[in-house]
Amino acid sequence: MSGWETWAITVATFLPAVGALVIAFVPGERDRTVRALGVLFTGAALVVAAAIAIGFDYGRASGLQFEVDVPWISAINARYHVGIDGISLPLFVLTALLSFLCAVYSWRFVPSPGRTKAFLALQLLLETGMAGTFVAFDLILFFVFWELVLVPMYFLIGIWGSANREYAAIKFFLYTLFGSVFMLLGFLGMFFRGPEPHTFDIPALQAFAAAGGFSRGFQMVVFAAVFLGFAIKVPMWPFHTWLPDAHTEAPTVGSVLLAGILLKMGTYGFVRIALPLLPDAAVAWAPWIGALAAIAIVYAALACLAQRDLKRLIAFSSVGHMGFVMLGIATLTDTGINAAVFGMVAHGVITGMLFFWIGSVYDRYHTRMIADIGGGLLQKAPRLGAIFSYIAIASLGLPGLAGFWGEVMALLSAFNPNTELGLPLGWFRAFMVAGGIGTILTAGYFLWTIQRVNLGTVPERWREEPIPDVLPVEWLSWAPLLVLILALGVFPRLVLGMTDEAVRALTGLLGG
Amino acid sequence: MPQAIDYRAILPELVLAGTVLSVVVVDAFLRPPRRWLAMPLSLAGVLGALAAALSLVGEERTTFGGAFVVDDFALLFKVFFLVVAVVVLAISLRYIREGRYYQGEYYFLLLTSFLGCLLMPSSRDLLMLFLSLELVSAPAFLIAAFRKTDVRSTEGGLKFFLIGVLSTAVMLYGMSLVYGLTGATGLGEIAGRLAELPAGQGNLVLAAILLVVAGFAFKVSAVPFQFWAPDTYEGAPVPVAAFLAVASQAAGFAGLLQLMFQAFVGQADAWAPVFAALSVATMTVGNLIALQQRQAIRLLAYSGIAQSGYILLPFALAGAGPATDRAAFAATVTYILIYAVMNLGAYAVCVAVARERPGLLFRDFAGIVRRAPLLAVGMTLFMVSLAGVPPTGGFWAKFFVFTAAIERGGIGVWLAAVMVVNSVISLYYYLAIPREMVFADGEERPLVAPVLVRGVVALAIVAIVALFVFPDLLARAPQGATLVGP
Repeated sequence: MSGWETWAITVATFLPAVGALVIAFVPGERDRTVRALGVLFTGAALVVAAAIAIGFDYGRASGLQFEVDVPWISAINARYHVGIDGISLPLFVLTALLSFLCAVYSWRFVPSPGRTKAFLALQLLLETGMAGTFVAFDLILFFVFWELVLVPMYFLIGIWGSANREYAAIKFFLYTLFGSVFMLLGFLGMFFRGPEPHTFDIPALQAFAAAGGFSRGFQMVVFAAVFLGFAIKVPMWPFHTWLPDAHTEAPTVGSVLLAGILLKMGTYGFVRIALPLLPDAAVAWAPWIGALAAIAIVYAALACLAQRDLKRLIAFSSVGHMGFVMLGIATLTDTGINAAVFGMVAHGVITGMLFFWIGSVYDRYHTRMIADIGGGLLQKAPRLGAIFSYIAIASLGLPGLAGFWGEVMALLSAFNPNTELGLPLGWFRAFMVAGGIGTILTAGYFLWTIQRVNLGTVPERWREEPIPDVLPVEWLSWAPLLVLILALGVFPRLVLGMTDEAVRALTGLLGG
Repeated sequence: MPQAIDYRAILPELVLAGTVLSVVVVDAFLRPPRRWLAMPLSLAGVLGALAAALSLVGEERTTFGGAFVVDDFALLFKVFFLVVAVVVLAISLRYIREGRYYQGEYYFLLLTSFLGCLLMPSSRDLLMLFLSLELVSAPAFLIAAFRKTDVRSTEGGLKFFLIGVLSTAVMLYGMSLVYGLTGATGLGEIAGRLAELPAGQGNLVLAAILLVVAGFAFKVSAVPFQFWAPDTYEGAPVPVAAFLAVASQAAGFAGLLQLMFQAFVGQADAWAPVFAALSVATMTVGNLIALQQRQAIRLLAYSGIAQSGYILLPFALAGAGPATDRAAFAATVTYILIYAVMNLGAYAVCVAVARERPGLLFRDFAGIVRRAPLLAVGMTLFMVSLAGVPPTGGFWAKFFVFTAAIERGGIGVWLAAVMVVNSVISLYYYLAIPREMVFADGEERPLVAPVLVRGVVALAIVAIVALFVFPDLLARAPQGATLVGP
C-alpha cells in the first residue's frame, strides 16, 4: 500500500469541500464560473471514487482497503482512520455519482432565489459530509462527518425550498440533531467501557465486542442511544415525521441527495456500528426493529395512497423502501444484510431519479398536485412521461429492474431469519407477510399514479401551454441513473459482488 | 518580616497598571477630536502586558506570601484575558468614538477591569480573590451604565451594581466563616485545615462554601443570580456586553476553579451535588427564556446563562478521583477558551450591525447576507458553534464536557443527557438570527463594517473552523494547566 492508494479516499472526500472554499472566493456575479467549478470539483471527486472502485481488490472485500490511520486528537485518542470495504464502496461511489449529477443538473436549474454561489458551495460541503460518513472508521470521525451534513442541508432547504421551507428546515435539523447527540453519548459509553487504552477505532471495538467485551446490560443501553440516532436518520416509523416535510419542501437537488444518500447514512450506521459493536443487543432488538420496519412498509404504502402531492408521495414511498432495508438488516442474515445494502443503492438510484423527475415536472407545470397536472403527460411530453413510467415501475419492484432485488431478498430473508441467534421465526414470517402486502400496495399506488399523471387526455388548461420535453442537460444528468436502474436489475452482482464477502464477515461477528 | 516582592512575577499586571494610569493622564491633555488615541495607547499597553505574560511561560513563581502565584494555570488565563482585551479594544474603537462616549474614561475603566481579570487566576488567597473580583466588578458597574442618555443602560447598570454588591456581601460572610473555621486565608492551607476539622462540622463547612460560591455564581450569572445579566447586557454599550459575557464571566470561572479544586476539593462529595443542581437549573432556565427573545443582545445574554450551565457541569463531576477531576477541570477550561472565540465573534457582528441599527432586534438583521456576506457567514458559524454542532469548534467544547461526564459515570451520565437535550433546544434560538440574516429580505445597499471589526469576525471564523479540524490547538493546553493535585 503506497502511492495514490493512501490519499485516494482523502482526496475524493475533501475535494468537494475545497471546491466549496474556492467557490466562496469567486465573485458572486460570475455565475457560469461557479457552475463550472461545481461540475469540475464533483466530477474530479467522481473520477477518484471510480478509480477507487476499479483499484479495489474484490478478492478481499471484507478487509479495509485504501486505509489511512493517523492520530488526530491526542487527548481522546481519536484518529483520522478512513478506509473502504465491500459495504462502504457502493455507497461511497453512489455519493460521488449523485453529487456529480446534481451539480450537472444545477448547470441549468438553480431554484429561486438564485444565489448560485451559495447553492453550489453548500452542495459541495454536503458531499464531503456524506462521503466521509461512509469511509470513517473512527467513531468520532464518523460522528463529525455525520453532523457535517446538517448545516448545509438546513440552508439548502431553508433558502431554496418551497413555501413551507423554514419550518421543514428547522424540523429536519432539530429532529436529526436530537437523535445524533444521544448517539454521541452512546459512542462515549463504548469508548470508556472498551478496551484499554480507550479507543474510538471501529475495527478495534469490533474485535473487542466480538470477544464478548461489552456486557449485555451495557449493550442494551448503548444500543438504545445509537438506535435513536440511526433510526431518526433512516427514518424508521414512528420517527419519520420530519421526512415528508423536508423532502417535499427541499429544492430538487436537496431532495435527491436527502433521499439518495442521507437516509442511507442511518441504515449504514446500523450495519457498520450498531450490529457489530453491540451484537447481543442487536439480537435482542432485532424483532422490534423488524416490527417497526414491517409497520413502516404498510404504513408508508397506505400513506402514499392518500397523497395528492406528487413529491410528498415519493417522500412517503421512501419510508416504505427504507422499511425493506431495515427488515433485511433485522433478520441478521447474510441474505438480509446483502439485501439491505443492495436496497440502499437501488433506492438511492431510483428515488434520486424520481426526485429529479418531479423537480422537472414542477419546473414545467409549477404545481406538484396530481389533480392539477391532471394526466396526459405521455401526450404532452412523451419522453418525460415514459421516464416516469420506467422509474415508477422500477420503484415498485418489477423484476429486471433495480428495485426488485432489494425487496425480494429482504422478504426471503424474513422468511428465514437467523434463528441460530434465537430470532423468533414466527414474528419474522409475519413481517414477511406484512412486507408482501406492502409490495402489493406499493404496486397499487405507483400504477394508480402513473394512470393519473401519464395516461388520459391533456386537461384543458395545459393544452395551449408549452411543456418542453426532456432537455439535454436533463438527459445528461439522468442518463447514468436510468442506465443503472436497468443494469442493477439485470446484473445485481454489480453490488452484491462487492458486498457479499464483507457482509459474511459481519454476520460472522454476530455469531461469535 | 518584610518580604521581597517578585516584580518579575507581577510584570504583566505592572505593565497594564502603568497603561491604565497613562491613559487617564494622556487623555486629559488631548483635544476632543484626538481622544480616540486612548485606544491605540491601551492596545500598546495590552500587547506589552501580553509579551510580559508570554515571557513568563513555563515558570513557577510565588510572591506576596503565597497569595499571588504564577503557574501554568494562571498564565493560560492571563494570556487568554489579554487576547480578549485586544479583541474588545478592537471592536470598541469606532463604537465608542462614534457614540460620543468619554473615550479616556472608557478605556481607563475597561482596562482596570481587565487588570482584575489578570489578577484573578493568580490569586491563591481568599483576600486576594476578593480584591480581584471587586477590581473586575467595580469599573464594570460604571461602563455598563455608560450609555447615559438611555434609561435602560442606567437601569441595567444599577441592577448590576445592586445584585453585585449583595452577592459580594454574601461571599464575604462566607469567607469570614471559612476563616473562622480554619484560621487561614491561603487556599492551600484552607484545604489542609478543612481536612483536619473534627467530624460534625460538615454542615457549617458546606454552608460557608456555598456562601463563598454565591459571589462567583453572580459573576458567571448562574441561576438564581442571573437576573442582572439580560438587562445589563442590553443596556450596556455592545463592546462592554462582550467584555461582561466573555472576560468577566471567565474571571468568575477562573476564581471558582481555584476555590473548588484547591481550597475545597476535599469536600467535593458535599458540594458536587449542589453544582449539579446549579448547572441543570442554569442551562435549562437560560435556554427556555432564550427561546422567547427578540433582541440580539438579550438573546446572547440568555445564551450566556445557558452556557454557564454547561461550564458548571464539570464541577458537579468532582470528587470521583484525580483522573476524572483532571478531565473535568480541563473540560471547563477548554470550554471557556472555545466559548470566548465564538462569543466574541458574535458580539463583533452585533457591533457592526449596531452602527446602523442600534436596537439590534432580530429584524434588524434581515437580509444581511446580501449586504455583508462575511458578517452573515460569521454569525451563522458562531451561532451554530454556540449550539455545539459541527463543523465548528463549539462542538469540541461540549464534547469534552460530555466525555468527562460519561467517564465519571453515575450522575454524570444523567447530567450529560440533560445537557444534550438542552443543546438541541438551544439550536432553535441560535438559528433565529442566521435565519433573519439569510432567509429574510432586507435592504440592498452594502453594510460597511469598520476594518477592525471585520478583522475580528474573519479571525474568529478562521479560529472556529481551525479549532474544529484540530481541537488540539486549544484542548491540549488546559490538560497541562491543571490545578488538580497529583
